[in-house]
Amino acid sequence: MANLSVNVAGVDFKNPVIPASGVFGYGREYEELFALSKLGGIATKGTTITERPGNPAPRIAECPSGMINSVGLQNPGIDAFISRELPNLLTKDTVILANIAGSTIDECVTIAEKLDSTDVHMIELNISCPNVKKGGAAFGVHCDSAEAITKAVRNATKKPLIVKLSPNVTDITEIARAVESAGADSVSLINTLLGMRIDINTGRPILKNNVGGMSGPAVFPLAVRMVWQVANAVSIPVIGIGGIDSGKAAIEMMMAGAKAVQIGGAIFTDPYAPIRIIDEMNEWLDKKEIADINEIIGSVKPW
Amino acid sequence: MKYTKSLYPIVKKESLGKNLVKIDILCPDIANAAQPGQFVHILPEGMTLRRPISICNIDKENAVLTIVFEVKQEGTERIANKNKGENLDILGPLGHGFTLKPEAEKVILIGGGIGNPPMLTLAKYYGSKATVISGFRSAECVILQDEFKNTGAETILCTDNGTSGRKALVTEPLKELIKNNNIDAVYACGPTPMLKFIAAIANEADVFCEVSMEERMGCGIGACLVCACKLKKEGKDVMGHVCKDGPVFSSKEVQW
Repeated sequence: MANLSVNVAGVDFKNPVIPASGVFGYGREYEELFALSKLGGIATKGTTITERPGNPAPRIAECPSGMINSVGLQNPGIDAFISRELPNLLTKDTVILANIAGSTIDECVTIAEKLDSTDVHMIELNISCPNVKKGGAAFGVHCDSAEAITKAVRNATKKPLIVKLSPNVTDITEIARAVESAGADSVSLINTLLGMRIDINTGRPILKNNVGGMSGPAVFPLAVRMVWQVANAVSIPVIGIGGIDSGKAAIEMMMAGAKAVQIGGAIFTDPYAPIRIIDEMNEWLDKKEIADINEIIGSVKPW
Repeated sequence: MKYTKSLYPIVKKESLGKNLVKIDILCPDIANAAQPGQFVHILPEGMTLRRPISICNIDKENAVLTIVFEVKQEGTERIANKNKGENLDILGPLGHGFTLKPEAEKVILIGGGIGNPPMLTLAKYYGSKATVISGFRSAECVILQDEFKNTGAETILCTDNGTSGRKALVTEPLKELIKNNNIDAVYACGPTPMLKFIAAIANEADVFCEVSMEERMGCGIGACLVCACKLKKEGKDVMGHVCKDGPVFSSKEVQW
């Protein structure tokens, strides 16, 4: 058994595996299958200031080696999250990352202030949701707006602040540097890529929102590349997300420079994916006689 | 544990006609827990998303579940291509099933096309208290009529083109039955426009009615909020989810 514990922005994780925001709700449904305490952390569903109904269905479609989704940030709002979900999550002996996704800077600031007075462990600021008309990725695709919103939220909370980045940009390292300079403690990447599927029998897009965020193993090489570039561009820790569906994929993402990983769509394929990935990482490290996962972080030797 | 995920072997597979497949699966955990109206979430090998398929028969004694489904695209095709002795990756039983009414004396079960299979679990429960109205496009699409008869239920077969049974929509016999009898409950599964008309007829007659809905799904257990369905609860518009709040809903709460 290798040491799997990592430290991200001053927060200790018992292992680097975190279900990503959106796929895991608030953990209640998965608790039927495994103990949440086995997880390194949990990134909760993106929270807005008030309840959001989300987009009309259909909200999901299969793609070659992946999927596209357009849920549109359906959530009960920050007050319901704090009163109904957070107290339960905080009893689970795992790191809780509260994902916030306001549609304006003021909204994000208010949400962050409310979370600041709770015992949540970290805040993940989502500036990259492709499925909402206002806010979301609109903040995350320009350096100026990414920096402004990060700075405002930074000033609203002392909690460790992770900023979740969009891959739908020309140069993700510029955005990463902008949020680092604005006071982010960590960056997580990548959010989904904007995609589209069409039902050729009806001529209609499969998603009612026409377009949606693409994820899954198909985006994994792109995510590895972006994590590697960002890890080399900033000095704050990087959390790798995008198409990780096995222990080997998680190891690869960490070699590229990620200090922890988030698991998204793989949970739909296999609801036990986060637990299986932890076990597979352990097996691989033991086989290679590597005693500590931290030895492999950023260990890729580029040609 | 409410639901479980594992590999379970196919013990029997048969074709029920063009693009329709019936599979018996040995799955003690799921068969033991399953209720009429629930579904299983099956992973087509090599794909990312599971496919929700309603449960057609629950044989608790032999720990066997039966599913009947239509091969539509690649996902259902990959499931249908599995043979006896091979395993299926199944998460289940999932969802909120039908409300069973032990005191009911007369109920109507309505299946439209591939909405017929989940009605069999209810027909077995109600037996001779049930009248099953099955609707299909044409004679070549008709399935499960012997199985429905074997439960003791009365059966009424309708086809759109009259090639088998009555040339009628399922709503015609429903209206007649509701008009001439004291009906305690109506249960229906099938295309959404059909369910909408059935709900309107039942609601107007003030008869208890539940409908089983369908939507593209993600997790299948209520976490990802992908399979949204507009509902009205306590006078308020809410987004319910077919996988956890459904697939069975009260006809009065669905916003058609």
